[in-house]
Amino acid sequence: MKYQSQSVARLYFIAALGLFAGQILFGLIMGLQYVIGDFLFPAIPFNVARMVHTNLLIVWLLFGFMGAAYFLVPEECETELYSPKLAVVLFWVFLIAGALTIVGYLMVPYAALAKMTGNDLLPTMGREFLEQPLITKIGIVLVALGFLFNLGMTVLRGRKTVITSVLMIGLIGLAVMFLFSFYNPENLVRDKFYWWWVVHLWVEGVWELILGAILAFVLIKTTGVDREVIEKWLYMIIAMALITGILGTGHHYFWIGAPEYWQWLGSIFSAMEPIPFFMMTMFAFTMVRKRRRDHPNKAAVMWAMGTGVMAFLGAGVWGFLHTLAPVNYYTHGTQITASHGHLAFYGAYAMIVMCIISYAMPLIRGRVANSQKSQRTELWGFWLMSISMLLITLFLTGAGILQVWMQRYTDTPLPFMVVQDKIEIFYWLRLISGVGFMAGLGVYFWSFFIGTEEEAAKDNAQMMAMAK
Amino acid sequence: MWLFILAELSVFALFFLLFSALRRYDPETFNAGQQLLHPVAGLVNTLVLLTSSGCVAEAIVRLRQHRPGALGWWLLSIPVGALYIPIKLWEYKQLVAAGHDLDSNAFFTGYFLLTGFHLLHVVLGLVILLFVALRIKQGAYRQGQISGAESSACYWHMVDLVWVILFPLIYVIH
Repeated sequence: MKYQSQSVARLYFIAALGLFAGQILFGLIMGLQYVIGDFLFPAIPFNVARMVHTNLLIVWLLFGFMGAAYFLVPEECETELYSPKLAVVLFWVFLIAGALTIVGYLMVPYAALAKMTGNDLLPTMGREFLEQPLITKIGIVLVALGFLFNLGMTVLRGRKTVITSVLMIGLIGLAVMFLFSFYNPENLVRDKFYWWWVVHLWVEGVWELILGAILAFVLIKTTGVDREVIEKWLYMIIAMALITGILGTGHHYFWIGAPEYWQWLGSIFSAMEPIPFFMMTMFAFTMVRKRRRDHPNKAAVMWAMGTGVMAFLGAGVWGFLHTLAPVNYYTHGTQITASHGHLAFYGAYAMIVMCIISYAMPLIRGRVANSQKSQRTELWGFWLMSISMLLITLFLTGAGILQVWMQRYTDTPLPFMVVQDKIEIFYWLRLISGVGFMAGLGVYFWSFFIGTEEEAAKDNAQMMAMAK
Repeated sequence: MWLFILAELSVFALFFLLFSALRRYDPETFNAGQQLLHPVAGLVNTLVLLTSSGCVAEAIVRLRQHRPGALGWWLLSIPVGALYIPIKLWEYKQLVAAGHDLDSNAFFTGYFLLTGFHLLHVVLGLVILLFVALRIKQGAYRQGQISGAESSACYWHMVDLVWVILFPLIYVIH
C-alpha cells in the first residue's frame, strides 16, 4: 500500500463481505422455502426473504465498489485521499442506514414500514430492488454525493489516468441512474420503462465501466503489462459495453406495453452484449499470458481471470439464451431468468469485488501477498463458490426449460403450481448447491485468518527470488 | 478501428437478417411497403455516398504519396456526402405525410430503424470527415503518419458499404 489513506478501504471490504454472508444466508432460506413452502412462516415470508436477499446483494456490491474506489483512486492519482475522515463517516452512515433498512424489512410488515417512513409524501417503494424506504434512498444519494466529492477532489489534485476516468464515469453514472428510483409514475408502463433505467443501465451499463476499471487496475499491478496496452483494451471494452448496453435496455421493453420497435432494438443490441464480456475474458487471459513479472499474489490473478470467464458465461451466454424477443416470449420471468441472474451477478460483480479484495487486503494488512497456505485456502473458496454457482445455474436452467416446456411452449399448458411440483427435484439440487456455496464462502473467510506475518514474508521473499 | 467497424457491421448484419427473416413471414406487407418507397431517391443517395467515398479515397492516395490536392479532394467529399441528409429527410417527410411511421407495420419499423441508424452513421461520418479535414489543413499528416486519416476513410467506406447492401435489400429486391 503506497498511501496511508488507502486503508479506509478495509472497513468497506469487511462490511461488504459481512453483508455478502447475510445475502447467502437469506438465499438458503428462500431455497428451502421453494421446497418447504411454510419454512419460517410467518416470521420471514418468501417475499421478505427475497427482498433482503436482493437488497443485500446490491448494498454489499456498493460497499465493495466504494472500497475498491477508495483503494484504487489514491494509488492511481499518486496522492492521499482528499478526506479519509469523510470516507469513514460516510461508511458508518451507509452501514447503519443499510442495517436499519434490513431490520425494518424483517421486523415490520412492508406496508407499515412504508407508512412509518413517509412513503405517502413521495411514493417510491414497492418496486423490485428499489424497495428501500424514502429516507434510505435519500441517505444513499447523500452518501453517493459525499463519496463522489471525496474521490473527485482526489482525482482533481492528482495524476489523471484512464482507469480513474473510467471508474469515475462509472460511479457518477451509478449515482445519476439511481435518481430514477425517485420517479414513480402512476402509469405502470412508464413506471417499468424508467425502472429499467436504474436496474438495466446499472448492471449492463455503468457497472461494466466500474468492473472494467477495477479489472484493469488489478491486471496492471499483477502482470506489469504496459499501461498503454491495458488502457487500449479498456477503451475498447467500455465502448462496446455502452454501444450494446444502452440500447440493449430494449430487451426489457418487449412485453411491458412499450412500442413494438423495441423488439427489434432490444433483440439486436442485446444480442451483441456478450461481446464486451468476451473481450474482458480475452483481456484478462492475454494480459496474464504477456505478464512481465510473476506477482506473489496468485489468488488475485485467479480472481481476475475467473471474473472474466464467469461474467462471460453468466452475463454473456446465459443472457443471450433468452434475450431474443421470440425466445423471450416463452422464457420471460421463468427460472431461466433466475439462472442468468445468479451467474451474471456472481461472475461479473461478486467476483470482481472479491478480486480487488484479494489484491488489496494483503497490502492493507502490510504484506505484498498472503502466505502460500492462506492463498491455497482462498483458492479452495474460489473453486467451491464458483462450481457451486455453476451448479445452481445449471439446475435452475433445467428447471426453467421444463417450466417453459410444460407451462408455456405447449398446446396443453399445465397450471403454474402443478409445474412447480413437477420440477421440485431441481429446487432440491439447487438448495444443495447453495449449501456448497455457503461452505465455499466459509472457506474463503477462513483464508483471511490463517498464515502468520512471518510465513507471508517468507513465502513472498521466496516467490520474488524465484521470479528473478 | 477495425474492431469498431466489425462491431458496427455486426449490428447492421443482424438488422438485415431480422428484416429478411420477417419478410419471409409476411411477404405481402413487405412488398406493399416497398412500393411506397422512392427508388430514385435511393439511387441518387447511393451515387452521392459512392462519389463522396471516391473523393476520400483519392485524398488518401495523395496523402500517402505526398502529392498536392489531398485537402481539396477531402473537402469535396463533405458537401457531396452531406447531400445525402436532405434527400433522406425528404423521403421521410413524404412517408410520414402519407401516414407511415415507425409503428405502422413490420416493414416500416424495419425501414425507419435501419435507415435511421444509417443516417446517424452518415452524420457521425461527416463529423469525422470534418475533423480530419482540419487536421490535414494543420499539416498533421505530413510526417507520413496517416493512420488517423486512413481509419476515418475506412469508417466512411463502411457507411456506404452498409448503404450498398441496404438499398437493394429494402428498395429493390422483391
